[in-house]
Amino acid sequence: MDVIIENLPQYWDGFLRTLFLSVVSGIIALIFGTVLAAARVSPIAALRGFSMTYVEIVRNTPLTIAFFFAAVVLPRLGVTFQQFEVAAIIALSAYTSAFIAEAVRSGVNSVPVGQAEAARSIGMKFSQVLSLIILPQALRTVIPPMINILIALVKNSSVAGAFYVLELFGYGRQLANANGDAVLWVLVGVAFFYLLITVPLGYVATVVERKVAIAR
Amino acid sequence: MTSVLYDVPGPKARRISLIGSIIGVIVIGGLLVLAVMTLAQQGIFDPKRWAVFQIPDVWVLIGNGILATLSAAAVAAVIAFPLGLVLSLMRISAIAWIRIPTRIVLEFLRGMPVVLMMFFVLLVFATGSFVAVVAGLVLYNSAIFAEIIRAGIQSLPKGQREAGLAIGLTSFASRRSIELPQAIRRMLPSLVAQLVVLLKDTSLGYIVSYEELLRKVQIMADFLGPAYLFPVFFVAAAIYIAINFSVSRLAIWIEKRGSKKAAGGVVHVPVAGIPAK
Amino acid sequence: MKAFMTRRKSLLVAASTALALSLSACGGSTSTSNPPVAEKPSFAADTTMAKLSSAGKIVIGTKFDQPLFGQKGLDGKPVGFDVEMGKLIAGKLGIPADKIEWKETVSANREQFIKNGDVDIIVATYTINDKRKAEVSFAGPYYEAGQALMVNKDNTSITKPEDVKGKNVCSVTGSTPAATIVEKYGAILVPAATYSACLEPLRNKQVEAITTDNVILAGFVAKEPDAFKLASDQTFTKEPYGIGLKKDDTVFRNWINDQLEAFAKDGSYKKAWEDTAGTVIKTAPELPTIDRY
Repeated sequence: MDVIIENLPQYWDGFLRTLFLSVVSGIIALIFGTVLAAARVSPIAALRGFSMTYVEIVRNTPLTIAFFFAAVVLPRLGVTFQQFEVAAIIALSAYTSAFIAEAVRSGVNSVPVGQAEAARSIGMKFSQVLSLIILPQALRTVIPPMINILIALVKNSSVAGAFYVLELFGYGRQLANANGDAVLWVLVGVAFFYLLITVPLGYVATVVERKVAIAR
Repeated sequence: MTSVLYDVPGPKARRISLIGSIIGVIVIGGLLVLAVMTLAQQGIFDPKRWAVFQIPDVWVLIGNGILATLSAAAVAAVIAFPLGLVLSLMRISAIAWIRIPTRIVLEFLRGMPVVLMMFFVLLVFATGSFVAVVAGLVLYNSAIFAEIIRAGIQSLPKGQREAGLAIGLTSFASRRSIELPQAIRRMLPSLVAQLVVLLKDTSLGYIVSYEELLRKVQIMADFLGPAYLFPVFFVAAAIYIAINFSVSRLAIWIEKRGSKKAAGGVVHVPVAGIPAK
Repeated sequence: MKAFMTRRKSLLVAASTALALSLSACGGSTSTSNPPVAEKPSFAADTTMAKLSSAGKIVIGTKFDQPLFGQKGLDGKPVGFDVEMGKLIAGKLGIPADKIEWKETVSANREQFIKNGDVDIIVATYTINDKRKAEVSFAGPYYEAGQALMVNKDNTSITKPEDVKGKNVCSVTGSTPAATIVEKYGAILVPAATYSACLEPLRNKQVEAITTDNVILAGFVAKEPDAFKLASDQTFTKEPYGIGLKKDDTVFRNWINDQLEAFAKDGSYKKAWEDTAGTVIKTAPELPTIDRY
């Protein structure tokens, strides 16, 4: 138990970095994922093709490999950065956006066909149909799975600990080595800080899910 | 659905769309060519570097890595599924002192990074890395399986259970012979999708020194020298994607088949198919 | 799995020839020496030596990712100085090299492995310190390394550990060198999964230096002398490597210590070095004074 209290500053630093990685990657993934979903249902064939290929490839790539590409291959391509948080954010948001895109797409599919037909019959263009009619309605079915994706993102950020970023899991490994006699408590501390983010998010998901169920 | 979002494009729109498509393909293709050229400049495509693949031992190692990946995934899946089944029944049990603790445990397991659980088992129980990887995968995925099956059971019409109880089945018998078979069938696509996640997560073994494909490749690159890092990693990534892609295809096939056969079709309940690590 | 490993030695020879033909140096020692095995050694009953000797097999923990010390080769067997030390000790127990079971240990699980009895001894660049002494016992040291810094060949700004203050330095997460460079010298730690994973960031100039024990760095420099160099020949810590064993098994510890001294005397210590780390680090070390605490 003492180990956790003694090393609280490290835990806190790691916690903040985990939070930072999750929030920034989360926002980028939400935006990019929605754009991908829009591209997937757009009239332009190349956009549809690109979106489909991207989602298929990324969803079938292990996150560790995504991290390897972002942290090691990208610098070789001339994308250099001094902070490895950049690599982590690229990997996490590129990975997560594919799942967001899928969630948004299935949300779009859940909106009754009549809605789109009605919108078109009053003369709306594709962009208007999507942004004014379909997406706002899709949102309510999409939010619970989306929160689950974000929870996964928080947990996935732990992989960054093995790829040059000292976040919660990275500190956990460090403290575990320095305190060979109290490994159990070191890791319990790490778990606690993860749960501090994921459990409230999960709670929000449950509440929203219930609200959505009532609204229908 | 997609086609109802826009009118059938006329000649002008089709032309714009075609031009846009061509430009898009050129831009993406150009970026890819640029990337390949940059890498080529650094000698990454130097045939000498790729000569490693002429060594039979390299392929034996890669083969072993694939086997290690698949065996960890298979063992974990075989244990996690029945466990998830039991947990799902406990989760919706009528008895509060079974239901509530189960719920807490499930919330806990779902909120934890898989790699942390692997690491925990590795260090605290000092097991080998295989056991650590499998245990981490089992703990996490049984919780997810439990949630998927629960969602499946709860998506059934109430009448199913009521009918079961009305003809004198016990609560458990009704779950077993009426609800579960339907729920599992309905949730099959989500369950298979979760299997893909499980398979992908074996690559976390890299971090806890389990010698799955990725770790094997790293060891190989360490041994041969850094110049061979890129060739072996590209090959490993390609193999990983190919394996996962095949399993994903299987999932889609099952979904298509299932939607024809399953009573009431397959359903997608939001909780399912969480793309988690 | 086991069967195919033995069959593969000839393949390895073919493989290394193929490598040598098509590629220049690939580094890493492929030596699979078989040190002498004692014929029916006798030990006092109830000692660990007697137990291991009569069982005819031993489980040794080592690292699989430390070049020159303990690194897994293409044939799946570890090679390196630590591995040779393990083989020498096993030999003295009458256990041939093929009866040794090698278990991979990582920095953080070594104490647990010994405590649980998962391994009989650990030879894994295992630094002796007081905190660890409270959990396990150490024979040796059999080698004294020290922490050093490795930089790009063209780097002139880093020559001593004080120079890395506020700069990115790569090391393995949870290793002792990583803690030292941060706590004592104020570097910004860039943690990696293995030491070799630090090479790319250094090459790409995303980190200024890599830090760990000098011998490991020397292995990297030897593989790529045109890319990297040691910042200085001086080390700034002392890392005496010991052989870990169950706490308070004093008889076993003393026996291993005796053997280490014997290896130094009969030249097998020197040979073990020359076959492994000595291929890139020319100056052979002397056996440090054994710490018979």
